[in-house]
Amino acid sequence: MIEIDIEKKMGNGSGSLALQVKSAFQSNSVTRILGPSGAGKSTLLKIIAGLVLPDKGTIKFENNIWFDGQTKYNKKVQERQVGFVFQDYALFPNMTVEQHLSYGTTDLNYIRELLEMGELDQLKYRYPKQLSGGQQQRLAILRALSTKPKLLLMDEPFSALDAALKNRMMERLKLIFEEQKTTVIMVTHQDNEWASADNQIFNLESREN
Amino acid sequence: MDLEPIWLSLRLAAITTILLLFIGVPISYWLSRKQTVLKLIAEALITMPLVLPPSVLGFYLLLAFSPSNAFGEWLQAHLDLQLVFSFKGLVIASIIYSLPFMVSPLKAAFSHLPKSMAEASYMMGKSKAQTFFKVLLPNIKASIFTAVVLTFAHTLGEFGVVLMIGGNIPGQTKVASIAIYDAVETMDYASANSYALILFAITFIIVVGVFIINRNAVKSPFE
Repeated sequence: MIEIDIEKKMGNGSGSLALQVKSAFQSNSVTRILGPSGAGKSTLLKIIAGLVLPDKGTIKFENNIWFDGQTKYNKKVQERQVGFVFQDYALFPNMTVEQHLSYGTTDLNYIRELLEMGELDQLKYRYPKQLSGGQQQRLAILRALSTKPKLLLMDEPFSALDAALKNRMMERLKLIFEEQKTTVIMVTHQDNEWASADNQIFNLESREN
Repeated sequence: MDLEPIWLSLRLAAITTILLLFIGVPISYWLSRKQTVLKLIAEALITMPLVLPPSVLGFYLLLAFSPSNAFGEWLQAHLDLQLVFSFKGLVIASIIYSLPFMVSPLKAAFSHLPKSMAEASYMMGKSKAQTFFKVLLPNIKASIFTAVVLTFAHTLGEFGVVLMIGGNIPGQTKVASIAIYDAVETMDYASANSYALILFAITFIIVVGVFIINRNAVKSPFE
């Protein structure tokens, strides 16, 4: 379980928004974060990842403290074993598709499995600039999975995929999440994306100060 | 025509560029991170040689390196270093004078890399050092090349600082630009023309090379 009780002020030029989150997300399940633009969905993911520091509060994952505002403890990003799919993909222009995955794992069978899953096995020697938007987004997902993270944070992970491809990817991802017992938190704008009975939904509302 | 000054110029430019590469990369990375007052002052000092007359810089370096002053005396007493009118002195002066030509393109390149690129590497468990060498540095390759070539070409054409610090000692400090000045003073226009043509050709080839190799990455060597 991931327990979050944090506060973060976010400047937006004309005033400041307060991101306040107090919630617990189930392990080995998918939680979808919904909310209006500017509510702080991406910031919340970055706070959980350790890329952005909250002003106060605590974050716990499986009873391990990741952040404690009182003692100023902040577990290193590299030690959290979190995978992150960035909204802008954040691919490495100097690496081919295959090199992106081998940067995360040395397991060649797993790399092959991932490439097949993302339907990128024919494009493994291509660089990001030689891929379409959808292919880049799939690579960003595969790269995040390459380290077999315990917690996977995904920021709008299917926005560039067409409906058929998105469905195929989601089916395959479900299998991987089950097999690796991955906890997933996903930001999405579409209410029906990854909708199923056993998913948690977290609605994020912003509060203006 | 004596080719020694050309050879000396090329040697000075090569040594300065190699040393500046090792000094400039960490400095530019540091400057590209979060802005602080200290970094603002450091960047202003590094940029000074771009706007300062070379003779001013040369004059202060001459004073600093002179054995009759505290720093120069200390260098000579403790490190047995005589920097005035020596090749070593020229190298140090060139490093200071050409520093902005190495740092500016590299700092701009580091600043333009999206923050999420390094973050993605950290999320894969990679340290800051691994991220720097495997992700950040390879992705500014074109700018490193531009910075190296600009620094080399700029050092090759140095005159004012070299004259102040090194004087005109054949084989030691008489580089090509000094040789041109020296030849003109003695009315030897043929030699001056030869040195000038060779310097012009080398510099032109270098700049054209940057345009060709970096044509996909940058529009001009100064970007």
